[in-house]
Amino acid sequence: MTSSAREPLGQRPELLRMSRIGKTFGGQVVALNDLSLSVQQGDFISLLGPSGCGKSTALRLIANLIQPTAGSIEWQGGQGEGDLGVVFQEPTLMPWARVKDNVWLPFRLRGQSYSSVADKIERALSLVGLQDFKDAFPRELSGGMKMRVSIARALVTRPRLILMDEPFAALDEITRHKLNNDLLSLRESIGCTVIFVTHSVFESVFLSDRIVVMAASPGRVVGELTVDAPYPRSDAFRTSAEYAASASEASAMLVRAMEHAA
Amino acid sequence: MSSPITPEQGSGQLTQSRIDQPVDPLADPVPGHIGGQMYDQISSQDAEKTNGLDVEEERRARQARIVSIARWALPSLLLVILVGSWQAYVTLAEVPHYILPSPVRIAQTLVQDWGILWPALLATARLTFLALLFAIIGGLLLAVAFTQSKWAELAMFPYAVILQVTPVVAIAPLLQIYVDSAFVAALLCAWLVAFFPILANTTIGLKSADHNLRDLFRIYGASRWQTLRLLTGPSALPFFLGGLKIAGGLALIGAVVAEFVIGRAGTGLGLASTLLEASYRFNFGRLYAALILISLMGVAIFGLMSLISYLLLFRWHESALKRES
Repeated sequence: MTSSAREPLGQRPELLRMSRIGKTFGGQVVALNDLSLSVQQGDFISLLGPSGCGKSTALRLIANLIQPTAGSIEWQGGQGEGDLGVVFQEPTLMPWARVKDNVWLPFRLRGQSYSSVADKIERALSLVGLQDFKDAFPRELSGGMKMRVSIARALVTRPRLILMDEPFAALDEITRHKLNNDLLSLRESIGCTVIFVTHSVFESVFLSDRIVVMAASPGRVVGELTVDAPYPRSDAFRTSAEYAASASEASAMLVRAMEHAA
Repeated sequence: MSSPITPEQGSGQLTQSRIDQPVDPLADPVPGHIGGQMYDQISSQDAEKTNGLDVEEERRARQARIVSIARWALPSLLLVILVGSWQAYVTLAEVPHYILPSPVRIAQTLVQDWGILWPALLATARLTFLALLFAIIGGLLLAVAFTQSKWAELAMFPYAVILQVTPVVAIAPLLQIYVDSAFVAALLCAWLVAFFPILANTTIGLKSADHNLRDLFRIYGASRWQTLRLLTGPSALPFFLGGLKIAGGLALIGAVVAEFVIGRAGTGLGLASTLLEASYRFNFGRLYAALILISLMGVAIFGLMSLISYLLLFRWHESALKRES
């Protein structure tokens, strides 16, 4: 799905529905309370909130790494092999494997030989601009490049949904801007749905068309706003009035939620 | 896009060639050359670049060259001094050879008794390497069992510890009673000592795989076998190799102890039995010769294990990472 073909918000086919999800750890710590979210195809959703608001828990629930205490998660048409790609806060690469072998991993675990998917691996690496580094080992790469490998691995299977858990939080501001821009153009070319966890208001506004604002103790949703600016977005968007308005709205939501908690 | 971390970033010429050949600035051109030789390479590389170096870096390069020479020269010099004084003392003070043989006499014994020492060395080496081999097999299998099944670990780990902490000298006589073959008894002894570091290290290694990578493997539906082969196994490799270095030395110690205790029955043919026998006969020349051979064997085992470790890790592991400055 390209940007021109993307339908307006709210009219896209549904991909995933989370209904009244709750997650309690150890019977006491309420990590997440009553989260409902309908993810539509082509959405770029940011889960925005402070630490402890359950945004990472929400991702782990969607990835089926943990089970919800209450509520349910349903994939439209069921979840198939390779429907999900994940990017963690750390690059999470296998240090003993070359870049191309790291990107091969999702296929390899399905029993597919390297030669049968070599073209897909090459394409994923060129999408993130690392085609010349496929034989390098992770330790030879900079932090930003490692994260690109991680992104290439997440999208190599052409997943319907990519989960990103604060992927750029550990990078410097300049690299982060660059990767934000690249992530958007990447998505234009492959058109996948993204759920992006972040604690940066500005990052969420720049990247997403839907921002779900969350608050901590207990982790919950305090509001949702849409960013109507069309994709592709360029650096100019960062200085637009719309950007500033959305950022202050999201900030205000966060502040209100914190005041309630205090 | 940010560029890779390379030491030569400032030099235009090198950066140019890096674009053509972007990979592996850290690969060792001569894998397998460890220790002093590696230092040689670094210092010769530095020498080539001397033109562009500032005063501080020139001093550092010179320092590296000096260190690379001293690494061999100093121990050799010390050896010459020590052996020279030993020889001088024995000659001048006319110490009888059954009290303290001179280095020359020990060297003569090494040559004259080679017919006895060489088969003894082979026997000890065979015992050591077989014990090490079985320690690797046993340690690895048990470590995998421990990490695959919590029940197996809960049930067996205490006994592995008990086996380890009980001094092998105390177990050896029992083995001699219950095991008919002296060789098998000695092998068991050496195995007992050598297997625990491999078990303990590999177990920790298998558990130390990155948690996010574990999650990723789960998301992609990896089987247990795939996770072991592609994730926890490689993660455990540096730990296993650390255990192997310790186990190599311990296998030799175990073999020597076993020969001392079990070989006394007259069945032992190894270096340690030869050493013991020589001491009964006041043949101190042969005693020292056997001792030297045992030491050399220990050094050789350590060197071999270090080499294996280096070859398996130098491409990716931090422990083999060369750092500038």
